[in-house]
Amino acid sequence: MLNQLPLYQQAILTLAAMILFSSFALLAQNRVLAMIHVFAWQGLLVALTTTFVAYDSGAHHLYFSAALTVALKVLFIPWLLHRLVRRMGIDREMHEVGHPAMVLMTAAALVIFCYYVAQPIHQLSTSITRNTIAISMAVVVLGLLMLITRNKAVSQVIGFMSLENGLFFAAVAATNGMPMVVELGIAFDVLVAAVIFGVFFFHIRDSIDSLDVAQLNQLAEHDQ
Amino acid sequence: MLYDNFLPIMLALALAGSLGSSLVSLLADRRAWILPRLAFPLLGMAGIFSLAAGLVAMINDTTFSSQLPLGLPWLHWHLRIDPLAGFFLSLIGIGTLATSLYGPGYVREFHHGPYSLAVLGLTTGLFVVGMQSVVLADDAFAFMVAWEIMSLSSYFLVVYQHQNAANRRAAFVYLLMAQVGGLAIMLSFGVLVGFGSGISFDAMRAAPLNLTWSSIAFALGLLGFGMKAGLVPVHVWLPEAHPVAPSHISALMSGVMLKVAVYGFIRLVFDLIGTPHWGWGVALLIIASITALFGVLYALMQHDLKRLLAYHSIENIGIIFIGLGLSIIFFGTGHPLLGTLGLVAALYHTLNHMLFKSLLFLGAGAVLQGSREHDMERMGGLLARMPWTGLFFLIGCISISALPPFNGFVSEWLTFQTALQVVNLDSGVLRAVIPIAAAILALTGALAAACFVKVYGVVFLGQPRTRRVRRSREAKRGMVLAQALLASLCLLFGVLPTATVTAFNHVTQGLTGHSLSVATAHGWLWLTPISADTASYGAPLVLLGILLALGAWAIVYLFLRPRGHAKMNRGETWDCGFGPPNARMQYTASAFAMPIRRIFAPLLRLNETVERELRPGLPLEPVQLRHQLHVEDITWNWFYAPVARLLHTTARRVSRIQTGHLRHYLAYSFVTLILLLWVIT
Amino acid sequence: MNEDLNAWLLALVQTGTFVLLAPLFSGWVKRVKCWLQNRRSPSLLQPYRDLWRLFGKETLVSYTASPLFRIAPYIIAGSTLLAAAVVPLLAVNLPTAAIADVIVLAGFFALARFFLALAGMDVGTAFGGMGSSREMTLSALAEPAMLIAVFTLAMVASSTNLSTVINHTLADGMVLRPSFLFALLSLILVAMAETGRIPVDNPATHLELTMIHEAMILEYSGRHLALVEWAAQLKLMIYGVLIANIFFPWGIATHLNGSVLFIAVAAIGIKLLVLGTALALGESMLAKMRLFRVPAFLTLALTLALIGLLSHIILEVN
Repeated sequence: MLNQLPLYQQAILTLAAMILFSSFALLAQNRVLAMIHVFAWQGLLVALTTTFVAYDSGAHHLYFSAALTVALKVLFIPWLLHRLVRRMGIDREMHEVGHPAMVLMTAAALVIFCYYVAQPIHQLSTSITRNTIAISMAVVVLGLLMLITRNKAVSQVIGFMSLENGLFFAAVAATNGMPMVVELGIAFDVLVAAVIFGVFFFHIRDSIDSLDVAQLNQLAEHDQ
Repeated sequence: MLYDNFLPIMLALALAGSLGSSLVSLLADRRAWILPRLAFPLLGMAGIFSLAAGLVAMINDTTFSSQLPLGLPWLHWHLRIDPLAGFFLSLIGIGTLATSLYGPGYVREFHHGPYSLAVLGLTTGLFVVGMQSVVLADDAFAFMVAWEIMSLSSYFLVVYQHQNAANRRAAFVYLLMAQVGGLAIMLSFGVLVGFGSGISFDAMRAAPLNLTWSSIAFALGLLGFGMKAGLVPVHVWLPEAHPVAPSHISALMSGVMLKVAVYGFIRLVFDLIGTPHWGWGVALLIIASITALFGVLYALMQHDLKRLLAYHSIENIGIIFIGLGLSIIFFGTGHPLLGTLGLVAALYHTLNHMLFKSLLFLGAGAVLQGSREHDMERMGGLLARMPWTGLFFLIGCISISALPPFNGFVSEWLTFQTALQVVNLDSGVLRAVIPIAAAILALTGALAAACFVKVYGVVFLGQPRTRRVRRSREAKRGMVLAQALLASLCLLFGVLPTATVTAFNHVTQGLTGHSLSVATAHGWLWLTPISADTASYGAPLVLLGILLALGAWAIVYLFLRPRGHAKMNRGETWDCGFGPPNARMQYTASAFAMPIRRIFAPLLRLNETVERELRPGLPLEPVQLRHQLHVEDITWNWFYAPVARLLHTTARRVSRIQTGHLRHYLAYSFVTLILLLWVIT
Repeated sequence: MNEDLNAWLLALVQTGTFVLLAPLFSGWVKRVKCWLQNRRSPSLLQPYRDLWRLFGKETLVSYTASPLFRIAPYIIAGSTLLAAAVVPLLAVNLPTAAIADVIVLAGFFALARFFLALAGMDVGTAFGGMGSSREMTLSALAEPAMLIAVFTLAMVASSTNLSTVINHTLADGMVLRPSFLFALLSLILVAMAETGRIPVDNPATHLELTMIHEAMILEYSGRHLALVEWAAQLKLMIYGVLIANIFFPWGIATHLNGSVLFIAVAAIGIKLLVLGTALALGESMLAKMRLFRVPAFLTLALTLALIGLLSHIILEVN
């Protein structure tokens, strides 16, 4: 039962629930700067979870992973996005969510679905963090949902980043982290992706004068 | 000796009373006095005997069956009364009794009208006979005949005021859906009869069905009984037909006929099929939750009083079926005691809905007759002119909003307690989905309270909005008496839930073999459905507490009185300095529901237009403002229009075989002959 | 028998304490708000003086008011008082706690709100109707969030009876449960909506078009107004005690004994002090939202409650 677990394991479960909440918060956010801040908080929560798992399991390389996460996902990438957004002048725009109630209900249904999918894994594993596999899967799926339901490119990029957060969290929870090489590779890829996205934003805006992804269909060739 | 025959004698008298009432009314065209002096008293007698017979069967746990020499010569009709049938028979009895008290005063308006009184009396009696026979039927043939009698006689009652084209259209929709529903029920029985050895319910009970076929029978039964009960999306006849019928018939239809449909469903699933699968329960839970929310949202948008009450019937049927769905889930996953709890909650809500819906419809009829208005937006301030109707209508409003200490609260509480027991289920997905359904139930309950604040506030409180309403008159004595009877029953069943649950234990014992004895294990004062630690509700103590609290304030008042501070004076309503408020400045029903209309706009089909006629040169000062609001039911567009389109295209394709050429028709016969010859070999 | 009598006596004393301390709690919240906003605060006993003054004043009722208008304050005060009798303030396992569980408690508040809304419609002014309409809409939207939070609590403690839930939490000791954390946050938001505090409704406003609760009681005066105001203060205190004692029950008396009761009084005093300060802080930092933004606020409460429920099912059950 929950009260028989040591405190830091209870903390891991609480942090998992807070990460899930931050995914919901990202889905519901209207303002770009607030989205970036929630994403930074999500990164911080994931780093904290990694630290606790490192303490619990004694896998010391996870401390480095946590530090890397803080450096990249909490500090650098949000700073990059912040600067980008301000340079493009869209920091005061409202990137509205269409039908927020529908999105919320779909998100809840998807979480339940992920729980249903993760049940066999749940029964196989013996570590304390097996409960969090469903949560991490849900974070991934909610990141994808964010990619689908948003119209503006910046929101979609943040959705993609939170998806990656979910994957990292899944790795930490399920297998006590990935091999360091894989870890560094993925982190570097994400960093490069962020930089390239920034460059592409300017190109897209130069072509079609806006970052509304729905307008990219102007590039399709069809007889009308 | 006489006691043994007590039950059959009462049953015979009950049926004879309603049959007699219908026959006697055949002479009522020229002799208007027959209706209030003969027909309605006979109907009342039928009601009393139905109630008595039902109570005896339910409380004494007796069963009586017999075979009537009616029907086809080799297929006699079987009749049986057991505790379940007894419960529903007593519901019919109470409803009929209230209607017969209310009827004489109400139908006086038809005495000098263009419509035939004979038809009214005849079809009312036949309607009651139909309902009684449905509940008493013990084989599929008798059940279907009684069901058709019930449907057809209610059609004639709905179309009674037939000179209005809208009424005829509403009645046509009703008849169409009643027939389709009857067909589905017949098919469902057909599955059971096909696998069994005969058409009596005993044979159908013993029929060995595998999961596929029992699911088919369940689905057909859900469609048929759900159509009659009013589940979304086959509910569309309800808001059309119930407002159009005379008000005492609307009370019978909404209060009693819908319960007969619930009876049919319970009989089919829990008795005839016997072993429900939990998947059915989940499907039923989803459908019922959607029904409940849909019903209350559309009810909030209505401003015709009876149409609003009809949509609330849809909502409450949804709540009843939520209880049934939970019950099926628990039975299907091997928790029979919890399943029984769900069944008891559903039965309790059935009883409650019958009481308060009849009360509300009778009150609405009194209001419509007294004020000569249909539209809530033209009423107001009726409490001063119709004090008794207002008082009993208030009790009905409090009961339907599920507020303690009245009866609506007890059944909702029991439903929530059933939903809370999901912790005992193994499946985590169910443990997540059921609380969400319970949250939808909570939302519906709160929206229903909002709706009835609107109804009572706009109709009875405030100031009259039109001149006609200012001259309304209180209803006749019989009408008020009927409402008083139902209102006191509402309070009674709210304050004595333990006695009611004890009576239901007989019903569930006979149906499923389990009873909820733990609920009353701590005495008549406490209702403890699971255990005293889990949840308990001391209903009489709640009433006592409210009375004590009122008493405490009375003491405070007595303390203040001698000091001369307890005077109360009358003054003008505060007007914020703009001048005296008139009746047009009050909130209207549409205005009250506006926030909810805006928030839930995606679920409704709104057609709102505001026309401003402006003063030339002054863009902000309109000369005239016209606001029009139409709320259409979205199921017509989303469900029925595609079905109709599909039928059209299919029919068009099939009609291609009708080419008009004689040779082709001869060729059809020729090809069929060749095929048959080949099949024979 | 002696034990029983003692228990009932204590229940009576507890209800009396509730009723007597409710204005003090409101006074404390007002004092902290004034401190935060750099204003001079009225005395802590000012709400008592206000109530005493109102009871002594003449009661003026409109010509168009019906008997319901005059009876409603008594029913509102009565059902809120009954709710106060049920909530454990000082001790658990009292006999009055068995009368009602959390759902019945919600039913009591719903009864009070029903009659308040009817009273608002009774006088036939636009303000009353507006207040009633808004109040019923917002309370309807807050219900699902409250119910899911209650469900989460009930699933953890396997009961909806308040005494059992508190006993369960006490027996568990200091446990960090994500479900409780999210249920707590959700219930705080719902409590702010139900008791009519900023950001949902401003209890100190004098602009009629911004009122929700005040608009319904605009016509009341004298002892009627005193009863309604007292009921509102009592409701705020009940919600505060519920949140304090369900989620942080340490210090509550589990058996009837002089020293234990003394500790209970001190414990609830400290908890209410802290809660009042937090409420005042929240009210000073947030701005009142317009009516059509409150559904977003309540959707946030619903999301929090849902996450609490899901985290219980997914994370806490083995």
